[in-house]
Amino acid sequence: MEWETVIGLEVHVQLATASKLFSGTSTRFGAEPNTQANVFDLALPGTLPVLNGKAVEMAVKFGLAVGAQINRKSVFDRKNYFYPDLPKGYQTSQLDHPTVGKGTLTITMEDGSTRTIGITRAHMEEDAGKSLHEEFPTDTGIDLNRAGTPLLEIVSEPELRNAKEAVAYLKKLHSLIVYLGISDGDMSQGSMRCDANVSVRPKGESKFGTRAEIKNINSFRFVEKAINIEVARQIDILEDGGKIVQETRLYDAVKNETRSMRSKEVANDYRYFPEPDLLPVVIDEAFIARIKATLPELPDIKSQRFQSQYGLSPYDANVLAADLHVAAYFEEVAAGCGDAKLSANWVMGDLQAYLNKAEIDISKSPIASTALANLVSRIVDNTISSKIAKAVFEAMLNGEGSADEIIAAKGLKQVTDTGAIEKVVDAVIAANPKQVEQYRAGGEKVFAFFVGQVMKESRGKANPVQVNEILLDKLTAK
Amino acid sequence: MAIELKDVENIAHLARLQLSPAEQQEAQNSINNILHMIDQMQAIDTAGVEPLAHAYEASQRLREDVVTEHDQRDVLLALAPNADRGLFLVPKVLE
Repeated sequence: MEWETVIGLEVHVQLATASKLFSGTSTRFGAEPNTQANVFDLALPGTLPVLNGKAVEMAVKFGLAVGAQINRKSVFDRKNYFYPDLPKGYQTSQLDHPTVGKGTLTITMEDGSTRTIGITRAHMEEDAGKSLHEEFPTDTGIDLNRAGTPLLEIVSEPELRNAKEAVAYLKKLHSLIVYLGISDGDMSQGSMRCDANVSVRPKGESKFGTRAEIKNINSFRFVEKAINIEVARQIDILEDGGKIVQETRLYDAVKNETRSMRSKEVANDYRYFPEPDLLPVVIDEAFIARIKATLPELPDIKSQRFQSQYGLSPYDANVLAADLHVAAYFEEVAAGCGDAKLSANWVMGDLQAYLNKAEIDISKSPIASTALANLVSRIVDNTISSKIAKAVFEAMLNGEGSADEIIAAKGLKQVTDTGAIEKVVDAVIAANPKQVEQYRAGGEKVFAFFVGQVMKESRGKANPVQVNEILLDKLTAK
Repeated sequence: MAIELKDVENIAHLARLQLSPAEQQEAQNSINNILHMIDQMQAIDTAGVEPLAHAYEASQRLREDVVTEHDQRDVLLALAPNADRGLFLVPKVLE
């Protein structure tokens, strides 16, 4: 039987506020345990929540960026459950009246095709603390620094049809939250966490199959693997005549398997009710207008502009525009050297290859955008060839100085003096009479041999365009 | 609408309350009285009335995003029954 996969994602994004959602405690990452946990975060009696306005602004900003309905009135609710890292005994969240309603996100697949995925809602809620089970033999250690950190939970419609689409959706979401400046998006620090609801159904069936929820998959790579392995598991069960149990499963990256979380066998009953300590949040037109005015140029719009302004291909424009910092870097190089296409090639090619390998973010690139612009300028003005430029780039990475300094120090300046090139060409022709015969007998492939020889003789410095012209001239003229 | 004794047991479990049989009986009666009152309220026609999220006719004040709290870990850890190496300690929780 042919099966269709149905995936919905719940993504928790940590909002980049300085203080917590309901208290004035710092949210800085990496502090000593419990140094950022105060009376409210510990739920000491008599403390009351005061909502962080910045978190509301960030939620609205996200809503506007995905064309979502912004609810003029939203309500906080208590989600009740007991766990030691949740001191209040409930998580303050939004159930029936979230701040952000229905919106859409357009994803781009590797082949360039696009799909628009529905966003069901996005609501504000607070994070829990951290339980450390390994540190003590008979106890669990509790660190409440993270308790109360503001999260935006973004829920997609069950419209994703395979793991690759799920990854594309996550990458787009990641790109967007970084553009908007509402989160640092650092997945290794848990700033973006993903739960996936996965089910399968016979192709053509309109009813959904029973789903399993895979918890806490924290990298793009694991999302794809976890979904694929879960889909395979469900199809196996169904094809053997079995039934899928609705449950929460945990992805184990080491074993590459999902397994049932036994503790959730009993259906959760969170007994939500409206939070009596918080009033409804009212968002007026002026508030929305003010946030709208702060929206930056978003990835899709930027990609369009890169195509029209710089003449880049849709693929190149999308790749460059996807990351805010890469886009800015590229524009600086393009402005500095005047050749956008060549700049795009260098940023996406040699530079990105180096940064990926060294695992360095472009904002910390050892070669600044102005320095790369200098290098590309020297190709544009024919001072060096593209091939020599790669050597100069390597030298720049080695800290040997600027492009200009390296070209001068190593004597790499391209030879554009026709007379000088002709001399080399003459010598090469004289030294290879056999190949000259072959060429003249119609062996055009030998031409590349001559170009290679001339470039070798000139140690790569001869201008390749001129070499071609002169060679052609001399080989065809008898 | 009325609830059974087993509903009371379930609610008590969710709230982590240990009730004696007599207390369960009492809770069942109290809850059923409240549910009876709610049944009476349900009979009122509320078409066109906006649901109330809070008893006050006011909206939430927003706080500026500034850090106003400072580290009070030592004072706060001292209040806990058990703490070590900067962590609150609770009996081992196993998944």
